[in-house]
Amino acid sequence: MADFSLWVITSNLLLATRWTIALSLVAFVSGGAVGLLLLLARMSASGALRRFVSLYVEFFQGTPLLMQLFMLCFGAALFGVEISPWMAASLALTFWTSAFLTEIWRGCVESVPKGQWEAGSSVALTYVEQMRYVILPQALRIAVPPTVGFSVQVIKGTALASIIGFVELSRAGAMINNATFRPFLVYSITGLIYFALCYPLSLLAKSLERRLNAAG
Amino acid sequence: MIYKLQFADLLPYWDVLARGFVFTVALTVVSTMAGVLVGTLGACARTFGPRWLAGLLGAYVELIRNTPFLVQLFFVYFGLPAAGLKLTETQAAFIAMTINLGAYSTEIIRAGSEATPKGVIEAGVSLAMTRLQVLRHVVLKPAFQKVWPALASQIIIVMLGSSVVSQISAEDLTYAANFIQSRNFRAFESYFVVALAYLLLAVLTRAILRALGSRLFPKA
Amino acid sequence: MPLVSIVDVRKSFGANEVLKGVSLPVEKGDVVAIIGRSGSGKSTLLRCVNGLETHDAGSIMVDGLEVGGAKTDMRALRRHVGMVFQQFNLFPHLTALGNVTLAPRVVEKMGEGRARELGLEMLAKVGLAEKRDAYPSQLSGGQQQRVAIARALAMRPKALLCDEITSALDPELVNEVLRVVEKLAGEDMTLILVTHEMRFARDVGTKLVFMHQGRVHEQGAPKALFAAPQTAELQQFIGASFK
Ligand SMILES: Nc1ncnc2c1ncn2[C@@H]1O[C@H](COP(=O)(O)OP(=O)(O)OP(=O)(O)O)[C@@H](O)[C@H]1O
Ligand SMILES: [Mg+2]
Repeated sequence: MADFSLWVITSNLLLATRWTIALSLVAFVSGGAVGLLLLLARMSASGALRRFVSLYVEFFQGTPLLMQLFMLCFGAALFGVEISPWMAASLALTFWTSAFLTEIWRGCVESVPKGQWEAGSSVALTYVEQMRYVILPQALRIAVPPTVGFSVQVIKGTALASIIGFVELSRAGAMINNATFRPFLVYSITGLIYFALCYPLSLLAKSLERRLNAAG
Repeated sequence: MIYKLQFADLLPYWDVLARGFVFTVALTVVSTMAGVLVGTLGACARTFGPRWLAGLLGAYVELIRNTPFLVQLFFVYFGLPAAGLKLTETQAAFIAMTINLGAYSTEIIRAGSEATPKGVIEAGVSLAMTRLQVLRHVVLKPAFQKVWPALASQIIIVMLGSSVVSQISAEDLTYAANFIQSRNFRAFESYFVVALAYLLLAVLTRAILRALGSRLFPKA
Repeated sequence: MPLVSIVDVRKSFGANEVLKGVSLPVEKGDVVAIIGRSGSGKSTLLRCVNGLETHDAGSIMVDGLEVGGAKTDMRALRRHVGMVFQQFNLFPHLTALGNVTLAPRVVEKMGEGRARELGLEMLAKVGLAEKRDAYPSQLSGGQQQRVAIARALAMRPKALLCDEITSALDPELVNEVLRVVEKLAGEDMTLILVTHEMRFARDVGTKLVFMHQGRVHEQGAPKALFAAPQTAELQQFIGASFK
């Protein structure tokens, strides 16, 4: 009997994990795309664009993700748009992810020594060419480990979608707990599933970073 | 069809907001102190303690860093009572935040203290300092100096993350927003104002921690 | 009774026996210069004297206290024995003065004002009073090493151990450090120096110790030993060093 319910609990949680993975992927990929656009805006010559990006980053990094989710849900309702929990969660996580990624990447671009820009212009490359052929290839290399590392934050961030009613792993955990009254067991398994998703990525990020440092 | 924002509808509830604000600040301050203490002890034990303890702490750090805070909170609030430990919402929120920040700060402080060259520790020893004095003056002080910015960022992340304690009915800022919008039906306005309050808190926290850092650990 | 007496000390790292029965008495006011090839156990011997390494057999007494003895308070012992390292090992987060006053403050529980006074006196002794507020990263190697000497002196040690304290320095910075050590020798400080500066060992040392393969191979008055080494090994070592 105990074994049976353990199996039922685990299999139901695993089924819900699909949605955690799907939401994470959507948030990470679209957040990455938006983050890249923001990065370009941030590095552009337009002062207004740069100011916009830093305000954007300040807002999304300085307020709780949960507030962002709520504001998106209810903000859409103000315009008479009925937005599904999936849509709301995807959008909010995209904004949130883009703010963090663009900031991480900016740090990487800025960590390329100034001499590299100068070397680029000394062989008559334009700004765009310097960026394209000299700076980005170097920045990209440094950017991979922290970007992989941030994917862990995205996966953990998706747990908040449960609060606006999207049924993913955390929400499934709460629902199963309400049905079985075995919170210790249910939340242990829920936690372990998250761990199984996140830990390999953490390890990957760490080993990538070590390899990068070793390569100099 | 353009909706007109009605921030004035929040005014009658200013005391609810204020209570939530104070709760979030107090929870953050207390669990930051406890969490950094856990992290300091954890980092020392991980670096200088016996192998089994270092392994145990490593598992703790990884477990916490690779699971969502929401699940940790539910585990503490719903799971521990089932195992015989009764907790109020506030206690559960405090414990979960301390455990969470404790893990991150263990890792952060360890990164700082491991960089201490062996020779510098020996210099302290040969000046007749006790192990504790060496740890405090030679290892931890410079470690804190080095990692203070990282620690400050993490404290802010934990403060913002604390908004989910409203899910176990701890009466924090987010709880206040939920409460107000359930009364005045101005959901967007409520969450917007509370989001700004968090933003203010984040900015203030950063400024205070920076000032504290340059007071406690003046930079070389 | 000598101030430091080392009797038949043995020390192994795993299967590698590094000290194979070393005996050495050091009287108060002695300036003992220890020379020898790399790996002959000089550093290990020095580190055994203040207990940074524990010896396996034999005995080391410092001012009546047995190093590593069951009843010995090692901290009390270390208050009497200062140490200066090859790599300076200054505390990077403290100023020069902060480095010098840390141990008086936390070990001797000295008040802020008195510690400062003492620290400034010690910095003046090594000629760096004006660098009191500089951090180690802002000092040259020679200056860092002089701060390290001041730091050790601030504990008023009865003996000072120096392990190749000029080896990490650029040649033009060596002399400023050696001059400080010479001054200490002139003030009757008991010094045990591991050094590669042969001329300094000869001119300032009161006793020369040549270590070879974990043993004291030859010892005596520096000038006599340099003029007429008794063993082939020392002869060869001196020949190679003075070239
Ligand atoms: N902590 C240690 N663990 C293992 N072996 C060690 C350790 N410290 C020293 N040794 C070994 O002991 C031997 C003697 O080392 P020691 O540092 O005393 O030599 P030394 O005479 O000071 O040489 P140098 O002139 O190069 O400083 C060497 O073979 C060294 O490899
Ligand atoms: Mg040596």
